[in-house]
Amino acid sequence: MALALERTKPAAPPVGPGLFGIRRMNRPRLVIAIILALISLGPLLYMISLSFQSNSDLLGQTVLVPSHPTIQNYVQAWTENSFGHYFLNSIFVSVVTVVITVVLASLAAFAFARYTFPLREVIFYIFLASLAIPNILLIIPQYLLLDRLHLLDSLEGLIFLYVSTNLPFMIFLLRGFFQTIPREYEEAFRMEGAGTLRVLVQLIAPLSLPAIALVSMFTFSQAWDEFPVALTMINSPSHDTIQIGLAEFIGAHTVAWGPFFAASVIATVPVVLVYLLSQRWGRSGVSLGGIR
Amino acid sequence: MISSDTLERRPAGVSPGAASRRSVRSRRARKVATPYLLIAPAALVYAAFTIYPIFRQFDISFFDWHIFPGATNSFVGWSNYTAIFHDPVVRTAAFNSILFIVITVPLQMIFGLFAAAILTDRLPGSTFWRMAVYIPVITSYVAVSWVFSYIFSSQGGVMNAIIGLLVGHSVSIDWTAQTWTGNAVIWILTIWKGIGWSFIIFLAALDAVPRQLLEAARIDGASERRVWRHVILPSLRTAITFVLVLLVIGAAQVFTQIYEITKGGPYNSTQTFMTYMYEQAFQNFAFGYAAAMASLLAVLLFGFSWAEIHVLRQNDS
Repeated sequence: MALALERTKPAAPPVGPGLFGIRRMNRPRLVIAIILALISLGPLLYMISLSFQSNSDLLGQTVLVPSHPTIQNYVQAWTENSFGHYFLNSIFVSVVTVVITVVLASLAAFAFARYTFPLREVIFYIFLASLAIPNILLIIPQYLLLDRLHLLDSLEGLIFLYVSTNLPFMIFLLRGFFQTIPREYEEAFRMEGAGTLRVLVQLIAPLSLPAIALVSMFTFSQAWDEFPVALTMINSPSHDTIQIGLAEFIGAHTVAWGPFFAASVIATVPVVLVYLLSQRWGRSGVSLGGIR
Repeated sequence: MISSDTLERRPAGVSPGAASRRSVRSRRARKVATPYLLIAPAALVYAAFTIYPIFRQFDISFFDWHIFPGATNSFVGWSNYTAIFHDPVVRTAAFNSILFIVITVPLQMIFGLFAAAILTDRLPGSTFWRMAVYIPVITSYVAVSWVFSYIFSSQGGVMNAIIGLLVGHSVSIDWTAQTWTGNAVIWILTIWKGIGWSFIIFLAALDAVPRQLLEAARIDGASERRVWRHVILPSLRTAITFVLVLLVIGAAQVFTQIYEITKGGPYNSTQTFMTYMYEQAFQNFAFGYAAAMASLLAVLLFGFSWAEIHVLRQNDS
């Protein structure tokens, strides 16, 4: 099973008349595309709309578009419950997780892609095996482990768990991408006396930026959105991540829907931004493809 | 650690024979060690925080575990496992989990494949449509769980308003407070959030289907149905297996949306295997029992993935 990130030539239009024959059915396809986009974005647009509604709009009646738009919800969301603090905690956890995951996964993926060595396949499959095991499944032994390492209730503990969870799939994706980089480049580089580390930093990394952008996006969104592990490992409010902050929001004041949805929008913006950035960056030169 | 390898650098053209025997050997040793050194940092983190916990979990599952400091844990053999099979809530939870998998996985796949088929060829605004379909995947379950709760709320919920318009009088269904409607909200949310994931995988697979092949089949007079059945679907088989395996694994760990929307209630009726496991561990502090549940599910999922991949391999050869 090989799902791989592949290097693609920019802007290769599909050749031939397409999936639906000579009649490409552009008009019905466009209508369906609009419906799909409405279904996908509808609840999120509604969330944004709710975040601008005043309390009188939010209680007891169906209001699609705010009648008296207000930013009061945002002010309240940001200032109460130290939400800004949770936000910074999550930025810290997610960014550090991405950096460590990308570095460790790149090193390992490079070894799997370029070297033959005893036990290569075995080690690779041991990495892949954990894809079959959902991360929340290990929450009990991980809790006891962090406890013993004195990492319970710390952002560092979360980072270790998130890195470990993300590594296998990212190694898998990057290995596939590295395999598509012609060996000749590397040989030329080594001829000039470059060691492995220099090959990685000066040759492979720049060539792989689009793939790294995609891997970073996957890892960032996983770490940013993660809930059950953070819920379990973090006890003190000063170490809460944004998802815990959000969940507590609803418990703390059940009727304050407006501030909650404002907080939800705040919690959604970074991950969407990272996604859009990765799309811009990754556009030329990578596609999630090569399922052979 | 790895930088030792860069010491190997030498001016181009100097033959290795010029070096002493000893340094040739150590250089070769370094060369042999390089891939292991590259893998070592990732392997260390992974071994400590993923592999070790897998085995540790089996270990815990054989004890009556007390998490309070100083307490002694007594070995109870397989009794945590036998207890699972006599726990009525486990039966409900397992049933709900299986139902959740059976309902959400195929629908995510069908909608994902449908969206991919619509958007694979160029269309005005292609990039936008593709991004729109994917965006729900990256949103957080905590946020969207409550958006859906609100949409399905009995007071001013959009869904009740729509149904009210359709049936002609106002309705006030309290969706999330009842078993089946509560389950339905969770399923709808999960499918909505999951379509984009299978969509990108299927999109990649469909993009790779050679269009000339389709054209040739059509020129030979094959109907659209035959083209799909005999050309397009077979080339999607790996993607379908991949998506199926990972979606089932994902569905088996359904947690956040249930924790947020119904909390497994009313009376445990929307509990799933994972939410019940979590409740046993972190509300009842029955670590041994919960670890046995988790180990059992791990073995099941592992077996399922292995079988699925094995079947795929066999079909390929």
